[in-house]
Amino acid sequence: MILLTGADPAGLNLKSARLQLEKRAALLAKIREYFATAQVLEVTTPLLCRYASSDPQINSFCVENPESLSVGCAQEMVSSQPLYLQTSPESGMKQLLSMNSGSIFQLGKAFRRDEPGRLHAVEFSILEWYQIDFSLAQIIDDTLRLVGSVIPDRPTERLSYREAFLRYVGIDPFNITGAALRKVAHQKISVDFVDASDDVWLDLLLTHLIEPHLGCEKFTILHSYPPSQAAMAELLLDPDGIKVAARFELYIDGVELANGYQELTNPAIQQQRFEHDNLVRRERGLPCMDIDVDLLEALSKPEMPSCAGVALGIDRLMLFT
Amino acid sequence: MGNYSTNEFKNGLKIIIEGDPCNIVDNEVVKPGKGQAFNRVRLKNLKTGRAWEKTFKSGESVEAADVHDTDMEYLYNDGEFWYFMDPNTFEQLPASASAVEDARQWLKEQDKCIVTLWNGAPLTVTPPNFVELAVTETDPGLKGDTAQGGTKPATLVTGAVVRVPLFIEEGDVLKIDTRTGAYVSRA
Repeated sequence: MILLTGADPAGLNLKSARLQLEKRAALLAKIREYFATAQVLEVTTPLLCRYASSDPQINSFCVENPESLSVGCAQEMVSSQPLYLQTSPESGMKQLLSMNSGSIFQLGKAFRRDEPGRLHAVEFSILEWYQIDFSLAQIIDDTLRLVGSVIPDRPTERLSYREAFLRYVGIDPFNITGAALRKVAHQKISVDFVDASDDVWLDLLLTHLIEPHLGCEKFTILHSYPPSQAAMAELLLDPDGIKVAARFELYIDGVELANGYQELTNPAIQQQRFEHDNLVRRERGLPCMDIDVDLLEALSKPEMPSCAGVALGIDRLMLFT
Repeated sequence: MGNYSTNEFKNGLKIIIEGDPCNIVDNEVVKPGKGQAFNRVRLKNLKTGRAWEKTFKSGESVEAADVHDTDMEYLYNDGEFWYFMDPNTFEQLPASASAVEDARQWLKEQDKCIVTLWNGAPLTVTPPNFVELAVTETDPGLKGDTAQGGTKPATLVTGAVVRVPLFIEEGDVLKIDTRTGAYVSRA
């Protein structure tokens, strides 16, 4: 298994430890240089947060709030809110954006309580950045420039989610019934479940039939996702007039390396998405998460700029440098 | 005997799929950037030996199979069943022809075998890696041919037929590798 925390001494080989450390330090220095040139400011936001992601696919580590441990505290304090290790610095950084921070980046850690695997560690290093007034196309260019400065000589390919499904699965994901989708999934993949939402079938087809083809000896940008998979991205009309999420992912050799959005900055729609997340969580028997009112407040401020942002896995990037 | 969640999946775990006991040979978690995670699992059906791939939604549960290996001594065959004994409890268990399968041609009384039990009944039988069996029938070898490494067929006491060097005679006891069915040496 590839050890992905990168900063874990247990993952280093004694003979080449110094070399590996130098390689990692050089990568971080290159990233800082890229953003210094682009006049993007380095920031730091808290790791321990009052609100966790409500995304039903993301599980947060819950940490006991020390207030509830202090001796002699009132009974109501015992039930005080827990704290969470951040799953991404998105909320904190958007709060900074709403305070006229300008374009910002952060190199840090994030934690996800997922099944560890070849490409998943519970603690991982993350680069997240936001560029003021960037469109989806501009932030894609920006991402390709950054990774191109670290991994040279790879051609780039841009593929919409729809084109990818037409090419590798032979279906139009924006124009297919749930029953037809399930039939295609069952025909092409041996699965152990019968019922699932349309998005689960799409995720199944994407991971099994499409992702292995993405980024072979090149950078592949997969963009314009179904609106149901918008996460925190804005919805737009694509050139064919289809409503899509302004979201992209960057793949190298079948590995997803970065995920970016033209950011949703409408607090009312953001609140609807939070509430929808909790609805899905309830259906699946998962705990509901308190809505991140700090983020909603930030989005409500007149100072909140339109922007685009990206999260990039540093430990995965290390695999390709 | 309960269920396993996909996050307990690991190589060697025994689960029930479509009513049959299966062994997990390989388990990989795949996940799109955002969205549903899956366990892509390579399975081997322990009854039929068939290997294939199946995908589970991460977080789902699968029925556990009560399958484990136990050392047992082969006793005898009554024409229908092959009987094995637990050397500690002296409990005897009959194994069907489908459970002993290819192992039957290597089974000699009192040999220690690995019997894989499913819900307490023999599912498969693995003979010892090496067995010693007497030759009941083989053509006489010609003196002087030994250096040329020629071989001839020999029938063993269990009915198995193996290729042996020309100098082997009827009544010789041979050491056989059961994994390949190859002659190793005279015992």
